[in-house]
Amino acid sequence: MIASLPRPAWLRTATVLYVAAFLVFLFLPLVIVGVFAFNDANYPAPPWRGFTLDWFTGSAATGRVGLFHDTELLGSIWTSLIVAVWVTILSVTVGTANAFLMERYRFPGKQVLSVLMLTPLVIPGVILGISILSFSSRVAELADDLFGLDLDFLRPGLPLVVLGQFSYIATIATLMISARLKRFDSTLEEAALNLGASHAAVLGTITLPYLRPALIGSAAISFLMSFENFNTTLMLVGSDAPLTVMMYGRMREGASPVLNAVSLFLMLASAALALTMMRGGPRTEAAKSAAAQ
Amino acid sequence: MVDIGDATPVRAWQRRLILILLLAPALLWLFALIVLPHVQLALLSLRERVAPHVYQPSLAQFHTFFAEPLYWQVFVRTALLSIVATALTLLVAFPIAWVITKVARGRASALLFVVCLIPFWVSETVRALGWLILLRESGVLPALLVKLGLTAVPVELLYHDATILTGLVYTSLLFMVVPLVSSLESLDNSLIEAAYDLGASGFATLKNIVIPHAAPGITAGCIVVFMLTLGNYLTPNLLGGKNSQWFTELIYTQFIVRFNWEQGAAFGFLLLGLSTAIVAVGLRLSGQRFVDVMRRS
Repeated sequence: MIASLPRPAWLRTATVLYVAAFLVFLFLPLVIVGVFAFNDANYPAPPWRGFTLDWFTGSAATGRVGLFHDTELLGSIWTSLIVAVWVTILSVTVGTANAFLMERYRFPGKQVLSVLMLTPLVIPGVILGISILSFSSRVAELADDLFGLDLDFLRPGLPLVVLGQFSYIATIATLMISARLKRFDSTLEEAALNLGASHAAVLGTITLPYLRPALIGSAAISFLMSFENFNTTLMLVGSDAPLTVMMYGRMREGASPVLNAVSLFLMLASAALALTMMRGGPRTEAAKSAAAQ
Repeated sequence: MVDIGDATPVRAWQRRLILILLLAPALLWLFALIVLPHVQLALLSLRERVAPHVYQPSLAQFHTFFAEPLYWQVFVRTALLSIVATALTLLVAFPIAWVITKVARGRASALLFVVCLIPFWVSETVRALGWLILLRESGVLPALLVKLGLTAVPVELLYHDATILTGLVYTSLLFMVVPLVSSLESLDNSLIEAAYDLGASGFATLKNIVIPHAAPGITAGCIVVFMLTLGNYLTPNLLGGKNSQWFTELIYTQFIVRFNWEQGAAFGFLLLGLSTAIVAVGLRLSGQRFVDVMRRS
């Protein structure tokens, strides 16, 4: 029952217990990951054998390779960062163009296009991955047969990973930027034009500054979603594994606490990003699209 | 004073040029990365290799799917478990959405909402790692059960269907909580008060007032959760191990391990078909439009 109606004591107790249990369910896996990054044992498992920083700094005595010396893992973080930067640039640029296209222009086929723009969200990531994989390899084949061109970037590898992630993250950027552009008061632009400003000046001094929060927000979400993507990436990855794929591979072999150490960093980075974006009221729009796939 | 009209009118051809420049990236994106790849995937699924580099159109891939019990059993199993996971997610998320919108007030409500969202900013890989450490035979919960005297030896809590479901519900919660909260927020409290004053039981109020009002949110949440669950790979694979038998794993095996792209493409289309069919049924049952649901979620 709602707060303004009398609630029996048992219901209040049950509510508190439920919320508590729910929060434990939500945070227990994350807390456990963080705690075992500091356990002085070779596997992330109980019992607790004392506090150590070996899994970050490494230790010559025990032969443990810490996160800061694990070149393979550090390399995969770097790969993920590069992929995420490209995906962010592409998604925000195309998303902005799409927002202007859909909010400002009329053209034949607009309805079809607006539905088509949403479809990447309903296609499972695995299928996005295999369809792009098979199409790009077909194009590479054709280029080879017809022109004798060797288009290496169309083989599984980072360029395809970028394209695969971009193919659905662009939809999210488009939705976020369109939502803000829709609320824009176009009389502001008209006023500036009437006062003699050029169209380029109006765009640069009025429209884009107004869109800034949405541009920054969609950039942050695009970056995060790219960094965390697994399904699509798995199908398109070549020899350079991004972090999620690398972690998956190691988890299947039996994880060492180095993975806990890197996870702790990921959690801190995500928390910092989340808190920055949620300041000034929860921006659900951004937060809710964050965790996809 | 000066002319009030447009100071620098955009000529028709300029407007046309801008339209074309804006259309180009959208069309390039949608055709090169969505439409044409799926056409290629469809063509792949509808052919058969008869000799090295010789292919002919055929339905052999789909025939194999129905002829081989393992394949369609995994397909049905994935669909059923996804439906169960979606229902469980709704059951777990609804009370929380209710507390956020109707019981907690002001800052407490906003705080609870934000706290519910935070775990989902962390990669699914990290969350799966947490569950692995908690549940595996040498993990935290089995050790705790032994310590409490509930089991004599540590039990393996991984690799069960219940484990997979737990992981899937955990991963999906956010996508249910958010649409539920936004649909419950718009429910006027005075309607519930009126029902109470008129003597309606809690159950009657829920059935006749709350659920009809929240139906759009419930549909949106269920559709998104179902799609994500069906297409999930990481959680069933890591928490279910060899017993997971998730359909996306078959696709991965055919495509990446066996390099049998024709068969993998056919599996991909079957999964896409199932996902689309369930979404369509969900929309029809609740009488909503696709575009509205996607905007809402």
